[in-house]
Amino acid sequence: MNLFNFLNRRTSAPVARERLQILLAHERVSGNHSQLVAVLQEEILAVIAKHMQIDRDKVVVKLDRGDDVSTLEIDIEMPPQTQSQARPELSL
Amino acid sequence: MAKVLVVTSGKGGVGKTTSTAALGAALAQAGQKVVVVDFDVGLRNLDLIMGAERRVVYDLINVVQGDAKLSQALIRDKRLETLHLLPASQTRDKDALTSEGVARVMDELREKFDWVICDSPAGIERGAQLAMYHADTAVVVTNPEISSVRDSDRIIGLLDSKTERAEKGERVDKHLLLTRYDPARAKRGEMLKTEDILEILSIPLLGIVPESQDVLRASNLGSPVTLADPTSAPARAYTDAVRRLMGEKLAMSIPGDKKGLFGKLFGRRVA
Ligand SMILES: Nc1ncnc2c1ncn2[C@@H]1O[C@H](COP(=O)(O)OP(=O)(O)OP(=O)(O)O)[C@@H](O)[C@H]1O
Ligand SMILES: [Mg+2]
Repeated sequence: MNLFNFLNRRTSAPVARERLQILLAHERVSGNHSQLVAVLQEEILAVIAKHMQIDRDKVVVKLDRGDDVSTLEIDIEMPPQTQSQARPELSL
Repeated sequence: MAKVLVVTSGKGGVGKTTSTAALGAALAQAGQKVVVVDFDVGLRNLDLIMGAERRVVYDLINVVQGDAKLSQALIRDKRLETLHLLPASQTRDKDALTSEGVARVMDELREKFDWVICDSPAGIERGAQLAMYHADTAVVVTNPEISSVRDSDRIIGLLDSKTERAEKGERVDKHLLLTRYDPARAKRGEMLKTEDILEILSIPLLGIVPESQDVLRASNLGSPVTLADPTSAPARAYTDAVRRLMGEKLAMSIPGDKKGLFGKLFGRRVA
């Protein structure tokens, strides 16, 4: 075994620790996120359904968690025009 | 008051069944009335580790479905009067375990025993969730290895959300049991450090069980390691773990280390 191998072996546990910390931080958060996103999607759909018909896939909820800033993006595509009054796409 | 304890891990083969048998026997040796329940439907093994495989007549599913009375299915240990086994079914399909049926059996077991110890199947699916649902206390069995730690993290998440206690806004008491700990590899820095695992999972440490031939020998003999060889290193680790479960404060010893040092460093985190 050469010196490089020797050093490499010694450092494998700290590498494992670091990988785990990063991975789990991500998994814990994304676990909660996917739930939040699903709940938001359902509730928004329910509110819209009171006033008009809309396809489920026309409501898109996206959550982006960054280190400093996180953004919640809700995109609702209105159904094609049936009435005279034109409405712009609504984006929150 | 009876305590329901689940031995769980997510990852397979980390030592749940070994630990269930060893903890159950050690509790019974301490005079407690204990039943160990095998939830690993289709892959039962606890009967083998307990040395009771030839005495199985009825199983958990028979009782859940009302085909047998609980008293007919319980097997009393030949060595320890207060130790009992409720075996899993080897053949039937997993869906035969209904949550209402399991709840009924758990209620009945709570009345009869001080400790109901549930050996969870591997995974995070229905079987594992049924095994943990009624738990007051959980022993999360983890090997000092990256994928085992990750799976333990998932299981801890489930214990905090998918149990009866969680649904009532209460907590399951969670403990980490490190098993298959290899002192030589730890010394060489090849194994995740205990304090790192504790920091990552942030649940208190119940014990460290070394990798040992004694475990294999005990399983060959069909005897929990705490009974087969009470003075062996793994048996002592399990016996200490049980004393901690019963509320004693003991210094933690790392296998292969000078005794006490670890306890001084991490005593405050000990369960
Ligand atoms: N401390 C130990 N030292 C050496 N071998 C061990 C130790 N603990 C467990 N083993 C061995 O590891 C293997 C798996 O153990 P066990 O069956 O208890 O794991 P398990 O988590 O119940 O597995 P499964 O997920 O399949 O139910 C067995 O062969 C057992 O003898
Ligand atoms: Mg098992």
